[in-house]
Amino acid sequence: MEKHIQLPITRETARTIHSGDACLLSGVIYTARDAAHKRLCELLEAGRPLPFDLKDATIYYVGPTPAKPGQVIGSAGPTTSYRMDAYSPAMIEAGETGMIGKGKRSPAVIEAMKRHGAVYFAAIGGAGALLSSCIREAEIVCYEDLGAEAVRRLRVENLPVVCVIDSEGNNLYETGRNAYLASCSRE
Amino acid sequence: MREVSVSVLTDAIARLAVEANCVLPHDVMARIEAARASEPWETAQGILDKILENDRIAERDTVPICQDTGVCCVFLKIGQDVHLKGDLKEAVDEGVRRGYRDGYLRKSVVADPLKRVNTGDNTPAMLYTELVPGDRIELTVAPKGFGSENMSRLAMLKPSDGVEGVKAFVLKTVEEAGPNPCPPIVVGVGIGGTFDKAAYLAKKALMRDLNARSDDPFYAALEAELLEKINALGVGPQGFGGRTTALAVNIERMPTHIAGLPVAVNINCHVTRHRTVVL
Repeated sequence: MEKHIQLPITRETARTIHSGDACLLSGVIYTARDAAHKRLCELLEAGRPLPFDLKDATIYYVGPTPAKPGQVIGSAGPTTSYRMDAYSPAMIEAGETGMIGKGKRSPAVIEAMKRHGAVYFAAIGGAGALLSSCIREAEIVCYEDLGAEAVRRLRVENLPVVCVIDSEGNNLYETGRNAYLASCSRE
Repeated sequence: MREVSVSVLTDAIARLAVEANCVLPHDVMARIEAARASEPWETAQGILDKILENDRIAERDTVPICQDTGVCCVFLKIGQDVHLKGDLKEAVDEGVRRGYRDGYLRKSVVADPLKRVNTGDNTPAMLYTELVPGDRIELTVAPKGFGSENMSRLAMLKPSDGVEGVKAFVLKTVEEAGPNPCPPIVVGVGIGGTFDKAAYLAKKALMRDLNARSDDPFYAALEAELLEKINALGVGPQGFGGRTTALAVNIERMPTHIAGLPVAVNINCHVTRHRTVVL
C-alpha cells in the first residue's frame, strides 16, 4: 500500500517516513545534479543567498532529456546519488529534507539525515519515460547554461518512489537484500 | 574498390542514435520478461513490471527509455575494399549531432574531463574502427550511460590467480556496485590482451545478443556459472533485494602475455542499447 505524501516535507514529516515505504509524492520539487550542487554549495559556503529556498525542499537528482513539442519534460529518471554525497550534508543543514535519486549514500550523508531529519528516496533508475508522466509542470529556476543540469522547479503528481534511507538511518539496500537472502535459506 | 560517401554514415548514425535510445533490443526485453517470470521476490517483481512498462512506453511514443541517453559509442567494421570519401570522424560526429538534436536526446558530453564544459551537441562520439576483409561496412551505435560505466573496473591479475581469480574479481565488482548501476545489469567481461584491449573486449561483450553464448564451451560454461553466482548475491532489481541482479554475463577473450591476466568488467544497466546496420 503506497503512502501519499504532500510536499513540502517538513522536518517532522520526514521523521514519519520509514525505510521501505513505497510513497507517491505530490507537490513541488527541484532538480539538481553534480554541477548545480557544486554551485549551490559554493554559495552556501560564501554565506550568499540561494536562487531558491532550500527550507523543507526535496531535490530530485535528474537531468531530463529535452521536451519534445507538446511535452512538459522529456524522460526524467534518477541519476546515481553518491556523486552528490560531497554536497548533501551542507544542503541538509541548509534546510533540504528530501532527496530523490538511486544508489548508495555515504555515512556522512546518513549522519546529517539523522541529525537534522531528512529522507532519501529512490525512483526506478532507467524508467525515465514512465516517471516523466508524473511531472505536470517544469520551469528552469537557474543555471540555464548547464543545459540538462540546470535547476528546474517541477510540480509532480503521484511520483512513485521508495524510501531507502530514513531519518533513523535504516537502509533498504541492506535490509531488503538480507530479507531476500534469508527467505532463500529458509527454503 | 567500392566507393562510399561518408554522408551515408552520417544519415545512418543520426537514425540509429534515436532508434537505439527509444527501442530496447528485443533480446534484452525478452530477458527481462523471462527474469520477471522466474523472480520469486515480490518487490522485485513489481520493479521488473515497471521497467517493462517503461520500455513499452518508450517504444510506443518514441521517447528515450532513460534520460541518460549516453555518450554515443560508434563501432565501424570497415571492409578493406571500401574507399570512404570525405572526413570520416567529422561525418560520424555530424550523425551524432543530428540524431541527438532531432531526436530530443540529452547532451551529456563535456569537452574536457577537468574543465567540464558541455559540448552542447553530445559530440564527439566514442569512435572505434576495425578493418575487416570485404567491401561492406558494419555500423553499430551504442549509447552508453554512465551510472553503469562508473561501476566498471579493471584488474591486472597474476597468471596464478587463474579462473578463480577472474570469478572473484567479477563477483566483487558486481557486489560493490550494488544498486548504483541500475540492476538488473548486463555484465561484459574482457579477459586477456593488454590493459587497454581487455577494456575494449569488455565493451564489445556488451554488444553481443544476450541469448548467444560464447563460441568456446569453456567460456560458455563460465558465463553460466558467473550469472548464477551473481544472481545468488541477492542485490536484486534496483538493489532492493531479489534474484534478478543480472540478465546475462558475456565474456570475450584474446591472447595475452606470459606474465599477465588482464580482466575488465564493463557493466551495463537494464537499458542495454545498441543498433546495427550493414551498409
